[in-house]
Amino acid sequence: MKTTLMCAALLLTASAASAQVRVVTTTEDLASITREVGGDKVKVMAIAKGYQDPHFVDPKPSFILEVNRADLLILVGHELELGWLPSLLTSGRNTKVQPGAAGYLDASSNVKILEIPTGQLTRAMGDVHPQGNPHYWLDPGNGRLMAQAIRDRLSQLHPADRGYFEQRYADFDKRLAAAEVRWDAAMAPYNGAKVVTYHRSWPNFMDRFKLDVMGYVEPKPGIPPSPAHTIDLIGEMKRQGVKIIIVEPYFDKKTPQAIANQVGGIVVELAPSAGGVPGAETYITVFDYNVRTLVDALRRARGK
Amino acid sequence: MFRLSVRSCITRLSTAALIVLAAAGSTAQAQTPATPPPTPAAPAPAPATPQAAAPASSSKVFNPDISVIGNFLAVTGKNPLNTAPSLSLTEAELALQAVIDPYATANFFIGVSSEGAELEEGYATFTALPGNLLLKVGKMRAQFGKVNTLHTHAVPYTDRPLMTENLVGGEEGLSDSGISLSHLIQVPAIFLEATAEVYQGNSAVFQTSERSRLNYVGRLRAYRDITESTNLDVGASYAYGPTDVGADLNKRLYGVDVTFRYRPLRRAIYQRLNLRTELTWSRQDLPGALRANAFGFYGLGEYQFARRWYMGARVDRSGRALEADVTDTGGSFFLTFWPTEFSLIRGQYRHIKYAEGHRGNEVIFQLSFSIGAHGAHVF
Repeated sequence: MKTTLMCAALLLTASAASAQVRVVTTTEDLASITREVGGDKVKVMAIAKGYQDPHFVDPKPSFILEVNRADLLILVGHELELGWLPSLLTSGRNTKVQPGAAGYLDASSNVKILEIPTGQLTRAMGDVHPQGNPHYWLDPGNGRLMAQAIRDRLSQLHPADRGYFEQRYADFDKRLAAAEVRWDAAMAPYNGAKVVTYHRSWPNFMDRFKLDVMGYVEPKPGIPPSPAHTIDLIGEMKRQGVKIIIVEPYFDKKTPQAIANQVGGIVVELAPSAGGVPGAETYITVFDYNVRTLVDALRRARGK
Repeated sequence: MFRLSVRSCITRLSTAALIVLAAAGSTAQAQTPATPPPTPAAPAPAPATPQAAAPASSSKVFNPDISVIGNFLAVTGKNPLNTAPSLSLTEAELALQAVIDPYATANFFIGVSSEGAELEEGYATFTALPGNLLLKVGKMRAQFGKVNTLHTHAVPYTDRPLMTENLVGGEEGLSDSGISLSHLIQVPAIFLEATAEVYQGNSAVFQTSERSRLNYVGRLRAYRDITESTNLDVGASYAYGPTDVGADLNKRLYGVDVTFRYRPLRRAIYQRLNLRTELTWSRQDLPGALRANAFGFYGLGEYQFARRWYMGARVDRSGRALEADVTDTGGSFFLTFWPTEFSLIRGQYRHIKYAEGHRGNEVIFQLSFSIGAHGAHVF
């Protein structure tokens, strides 16, 4: 018994030295918020890069290794990762992060979800998400709720550091609230302005900052632009005087640029995620960048 | 008394760990119903819209994911040794996939063709084992190389390479009832997986009716990212087992596979390149202490040049398992159009020069279409 205790003591000392929680997140936004809340008590790795389409990620064996070694897996949920996360979880051989375990956190548990479809769904509608639009992190209000969920889960896994996580969260919350005042003020003159987006990535962002999405470059979610739809869109943009086309960094700019040339508009590349474009590396700077870029484009569009 | 051997330390610790685990398990169970720690009031979050009210009645909630994939082929041209019909729905694959319980998942794949229905695969995967182990039990495609593990709808061409046709069981492949155990070997900076499998010996490659003679398969796979866009995937496979060529006549298969992939993340939906080769050596015992040696390989290049378009080429060369010093060669070009991820249209030109001197020149069209929820494929 004595020797057993000694062994255990040795092991505990060894593990205390590396007491960081190893967190794997599916996206850079979750990674950024986890770093904000977790500070130096966490070691965070994101699977999908911010400049990558999060619907289409290769479940590479290098990610299996990360899932295998993780203490906590945080995902966006709402079927965003449906095409690649399940096989990583199966091959990861890590019971700590399987669905239902303490190390598995779906960050969407209490956020505001938009575009929940009603009625019969078929794939004739394109790639619709039956549980609503998964790009919910693009509302800072949802970012706060995600941070709370992460704070609570980290505290549950490491109760000794609860105070640390609470303090880090409070600090993040304060900075986010101050930034929201700034963003709202910058966007206020453009309330109700109409824009076009490539994919349906932005409903939460537009809802939060009171912009109106008039149409999409994609004829249906996940379906690439078609000539007929593009012609219709150009006509409608001209009729309604819409000049702004918002594009995610991972989509081809050719069709959006052609539409912009026809309507005398502007193609605007925004960051759909942290790391999506240079200058938008963290959750808060994503909105800094997007608000600044969008306000600039809206101002130029008014001058046209 | 302070000199503890490492082994005794480990033994004692694992015993202690088991006790602790058992205790933790019971506490965890006891704690489950407890409410989560109360969250401090959030600064007026927007009222959450009601979550999607589950439209399905509770009896449907636990139904497995069900999908059906149809594979339609149209073949034109001449091939004296290939009897594929001009127009045929070669297969409808029904897949049923679900989680069994917190410890395992289940997959069933039933292939229905004009010859009837056949259980292609049906296995349970145990995901909650200690020691970085993953266990599969049931009927499944063996982990021998790359193409053997793929279902018909997942191979990037309309047919299978000559190497597969001649040495590794053709369309049906090395697929059998058995047990597969794979282990993730912990080494820094590289993914290393070792798999050991045992099968009853009732497949297109190995055959026996004796309980004491089994088919064994082993595989070692190493993978590493070179950059965020490129990676290298290397495997070595081995299979040994009885055959119906004669009493106590066995076969050995050795395989090597190398895959290089390029997919720039910023343009991941528009561009990618896969280069792959697989080599197989077959050693078949023959009556009279003789042995037939055969070698086969294929080389594949596949390039995505637009969001929905792939083009590729394959070179084939293979001996035959039972005939020494006989070689078939071939080559193919193919072009694939994916309207969405749920359907594909493919054209393939295939030229084969058989050892007897016959030549095949064929154009094969494929339509593959899928409905329902189909689980993600292994990378």
